[in-house]
Amino acid sequence: MAVASEPAGVDLREPRSWRRARNQIATVLMWVALMATLIPLAFVLVTVIAKGISAISWQFLTSSTIPPNVSPLGIGGMGPAVIGTLIITGFAAVIAIPLGVLGAVYINEYGGKGWLARLVSFMSDVMTGVPSIVMGLFSYTIWVLHFGYSGLAGAFALACLMLPIVIRSTYEMLRLVPNHLREASYALGSTKARVTLTVVLPAALGGIVSGALLAVARAAGETAPLLFTILTVEATNTNLFSGANTALSTQIFVNAQSAFTGAEARAWGAALTLIVIAFVLMIAARAVTARFTRYTR
Amino acid sequence: MEQPDQEVVTQAISADMQKLETTVKPPPTDTPRAAIFDVRNVSVYYGSFKAVTDVSLPVYENEVTALIGSSGSGKSTVLRAFNRMNDLVPGARLEGLMTYRGADLYGKDVSPTAVRRRIGMVFQKPNPFPKSVYDNVAYGPRINGQRNKAKLDEIVERSLRGAALWDEVKNRLKQSGLALSGGQAQRLCIARTIAVEPDVVLMDEPASALDPIATLAIEDLIRELKKNYTIVIVTHNMQQATRVSDRTAFFSVRTDSENDTRTGVLVEHGPTQQVFEDPHDSRTQAYVTGRMG
Repeated sequence: MAVASEPAGVDLREPRSWRRARNQIATVLMWVALMATLIPLAFVLVTVIAKGISAISWQFLTSSTIPPNVSPLGIGGMGPAVIGTLIITGFAAVIAIPLGVLGAVYINEYGGKGWLARLVSFMSDVMTGVPSIVMGLFSYTIWVLHFGYSGLAGAFALACLMLPIVIRSTYEMLRLVPNHLREASYALGSTKARVTLTVVLPAALGGIVSGALLAVARAAGETAPLLFTILTVEATNTNLFSGANTALSTQIFVNAQSAFTGAEARAWGAALTLIVIAFVLMIAARAVTARFTRYTR
Repeated sequence: MEQPDQEVVTQAISADMQKLETTVKPPPTDTPRAAIFDVRNVSVYYGSFKAVTDVSLPVYENEVTALIGSSGSGKSTVLRAFNRMNDLVPGARLEGLMTYRGADLYGKDVSPTAVRRRIGMVFQKPNPFPKSVYDNVAYGPRINGQRNKAKLDEIVERSLRGAALWDEVKNRLKQSGLALSGGQAQRLCIARTIAVEPDVVLMDEPASALDPIATLAIEDLIRELKKNYTIVIVTHNMQQATRVSDRTAFFSVRTDSENDTRTGVLVEHGPTQQVFEDPHDSRTQAYVTGRMG
């Protein structure tokens, strides 16, 4: 239409068509989706920071909790919970990350299309859907009933929760490693183990670390698996292997249920502390991985 | 990506001119050198699919043997049989006899790993590891247990010089191998292959992903490497076969319309000049004169 009326040249403008309209609709939808995810996230962050920041102090982060949590903010703190969260989540990571990475290596590198690899893969996907409280009850049944409450029982429940996330994310990363890199290594006379250790895992390292961190962050915030496994105590228990323990997530749970204003403020403070811990972990792990993956770009 | 050195480009272009005039090289000496590979009635299957059938072919020491032919004629399959790379494909198996310096390559106690340490391979697409230039070249020696820093430095320099890459990368050995241009990356892969001092270098269309200048650099390199290594090269480019190879084996596809299968066959092999100028088989004639495939 426009071509005929413009003898000066060809009309290269996008015609007013359904195609153009579709493009605009899609762009708008994309922005709406972005806002729909960002707004709740921003609200959560702003609320937690606004309500929690007043609780944060050195005393809050280090002092023991004073039962029965009726005292105002100036007394007592989340020291035991910070330590509990760090050692319990840390030990869960020590169990779940190596096991999960090795499991994914088996599925992708060794198992091939065999029944065992498919079974492990399928089961780990099923495990992703198991409610976290079931992991807690599982750990309660096989450990706590026999050996009593301990950080270890909690770490075990959290590890069960992390394992499928680590397996799935690592597996997806290993699948992305191009086959020609494996072939290059084989052609130099590498064994399969060598190919996996020196080529495949380093090439996938960035993604594996991301997946592992996601699992750690998820586990650090979990409450349900810990309720039946570590109990909630007020004093610091640095012994992972025996005695009831405490964690930030369970402290949030207990304090948030309490009617006292001090307890409520402490719950917000604990939530903020948890977010900051996860944030610091992410940054640290990113910095470490950046060093090891500097050749992949 | 760096702009190639002007001087290097000029050199490559002038080398190009020279080479186009003499397309076919003088015939190699009539007395064959020692045979490194002897292939007798070899067929390769992928599952129930027969990729190539009944290949018999000698490969001689310090020569360049080119495998040419159209797609699907099984030349890459045969190449990958020489260092047992086909073992990595599930369901692949080989019938017939393939010997390397008198030893059965597919014998019962033969370790594919040991085979590949002697018979290296360069691939179609440059595939440097996501590691530094230095670590790429040192990779092979390291997996073979070389830990001595001074020795590794020496091997890396010698291999990069051997692959005509040293002058271009000597100041950036710590940079990623992925940052090199296509031609440089392929020469890095060649350096990586010769760093383990193999006996034979297999090349699967090593220049097909490269521009003409980089291709000429690789071809010069192949002629240079011939002095120390035996080379088997798969190529789609017939000019390339005439430029670099001493012997040529021509593969073709046999189509069985009844079962709807396509199988690669070795049509003929011989000195490159004979195959291109005086082919014994009409199919070779048709292919090398560009009437087919």
